[in-house]
Amino acid sequence: MSQALVVVAHGSHLNPDSSAPTHEHADTVRATGAFDEVRTGFWKEEPNLREVLRTVDAEEVYVVPMFISEGYFTEQVIPRELRLEGWDVADWESDGLSADVATYAATDTGQTVHYCGPVGTHGSMTDVLVRRAESVTGDPDVGEGFGFAVVGHGTERNENSAKAIEYHAGRVRSMDRFDEVEALYMDEEPEVDDLPDHFGSEDVVLVPLFVADGFHTQEDIPEDVGLTDDYRTGYDVPAEVAGHRVWYAGAVGTEPLLADVLLERAADAGADVGDAVEDVRETTRVAAPEADD
Amino acid sequence: MRAAQFDALVTAVDAESGSGGAEGADDAERAADATGSDGVAFEGLAVSRDADGGYRFETPDVTAAGLPEPELRTHAEGSPYVTNWYFWEREVGRRGSPRRAFLRRAEAADDRPVPERYDALREGLVTEWGQLRIEATLGADGARRYDLRHVDDAGRDVAELDSHDDPLDAREIAKLDGDGRYRPLKTAPSLRTGWAFPDLGPRAVLEAVEAFYPATVANWYREREGDLDVSHWRETAERQTGIYDVVDELPREAVEHVAEACCVDSQCLKRREWEYEAGDDLAADGGDGPFPCREPCSVVVAASRTWTKLEREAEREYTFTLTPSEKEQIEAVLEAVAEGRVGGIREADVAEGANRYRTRYLRAKRTDESGDLCGIPTERDDE
Repeated sequence: MSQALVVVAHGSHLNPDSSAPTHEHADTVRATGAFDEVRTGFWKEEPNLREVLRTVDAEEVYVVPMFISEGYFTEQVIPRELRLEGWDVADWESDGLSADVATYAATDTGQTVHYCGPVGTHGSMTDVLVRRAESVTGDPDVGEGFGFAVVGHGTERNENSAKAIEYHAGRVRSMDRFDEVEALYMDEEPEVDDLPDHFGSEDVVLVPLFVADGFHTQEDIPEDVGLTDDYRTGYDVPAEVAGHRVWYAGAVGTEPLLADVLLERAADAGADVGDAVEDVRETTRVAAPEADD
Repeated sequence: MRAAQFDALVTAVDAESGSGGAEGADDAERAADATGSDGVAFEGLAVSRDADGGYRFETPDVTAAGLPEPELRTHAEGSPYVTNWYFWEREVGRRGSPRRAFLRRAEAADDRPVPERYDALREGLVTEWGQLRIEATLGADGARRYDLRHVDDAGRDVAELDSHDDPLDAREIAKLDGDGRYRPLKTAPSLRTGWAFPDLGPRAVLEAVEAFYPATVANWYREREGDLDVSHWRETAERQTGIYDVVDELPREAVEHVAEACCVDSQCLKRREWEYEAGDDLAADGGDGPFPCREPCSVVVAASRTWTKLEREAEREYTFTLTPSEKEQIEAVLEAVAEGRVGGIREADVAEGANRYRTRYLRAKRTDESGDLCGIPTERDDE
């Protein structure tokens, strides 16, 4: 029986680049051939969440939200707009981090929809954060002598948002790869503005746990951290901030390895993805620099 | 005809004997299938096994029975009916699906018989889909090839256009208009020109069309089949939560203005099928767009949130002093901005009310340092 992957994301009426990572990761998964169809649907763009399922031929559809945390969008907006009959957030039995899959018939199309938890709370997202550090430093072995900061928005509207940041910071810490690992926030303590206070390491990689680059990751954080006085003038990577070299990585969602999380979410929900996970991990890895001799 | 096509035909005849094979077909195809009871029957082609084990081959021009396989091959060789069968049943497949129906529309397949259609395809059969022009032609062995480009580029040589072969490139083309501005609404009539997909196969052309105009094929098909699901304004507004929860408070009269502002042919290629609610139609015309619009889109909902907040304000009276020409100029500015004509007004054409210099003159004369029109503050001190 044919199977489809549908990646659902927020999108934007104002920013043409907001949906770019979603399209790129969908293309990466499409290239693996693991699914008969790979499609994207958006809250703010087209095809809209209301109509995306009717663009899919397959009877079995794996829907993965390109969102960082469980909350309003994953629990209310997406299931409602996809018309998942009988949706009940309790079916995920989640503690705010552990949503994996719940299966429904879509009233729009009759398809079987395996509605997965968001990419941001999947365990393999930790690997994407670390890969982001490798990409931004160009060093596949980065770790020793480096601090690592995961940055989130904060708990202003959604307590699960901070849970996801803490979760991944804890997992990176337990890898014992970086000298120090901290979770920092834009809107609560510990604040990303005070980054130098939280690190002893000279080099610090700063990875925002955001799906797409937008004004938080491109304007607020670079200015708050002091990478630049004015985001329009840009910033260096690394940039000197109070005696630290800060390697600012931009939104984790732009890292090519994120396609792996889409695959793993679908695989956890029962999709047959064959060797696609290994393929994506291999094709997106950071190459070691050529030896300089 | 390739050997694989003939092999597929023989396999299908043997496998489909007794099945009829018309399940899920559209009406026209069903009619075309009615000639055959067993074996392959499709658009004038009927191939089956005789009781004696030979093959029976029939088209409107030829009837031959008791054929051993090599003779069946001789009849099949060069027959457009056979390559046509192969294209539709083996390459496209998916009977009863929107995408198949779309491809059949592209060659007006339900309107003329196979040889006539092949002649037309050799010349190129053109259909339009919004601002897209799709020209179907006959490739090797009955395969169809499609040239996809902007309707305004119909007469241009492909060498003058940016040529693409990956259908997903359509996403990038559709993202920005000709002035480099983001197009949040894919069905805005602002698709840029200057590109072409000169040689796509059936799957790829569908992929590109879906990228230019997402979900339009599915909704067109539903409308054609009489089961388009329409969500009217009230239902859509009441479904909203979060920051859009307020839109159901927008007065009915204001919903008329929303439709008039957003849902007209000059702004969107979709034809508005949604009304205020079932049995309560909006006075605003739904337009003549080629694609049905089955519910207020996200752009309309987001804009309506702003209008809901603005409509909560009480009206108040202001007294301005303007010359008749200045009043008319303000009306001309409203008109030019609303119709997107500002960019077309010539630099020195001060006879146009919305000319930049003339507008700057009005601003210099009639607003104070705070930007207040005729020096009258928006909020009065006594309130």
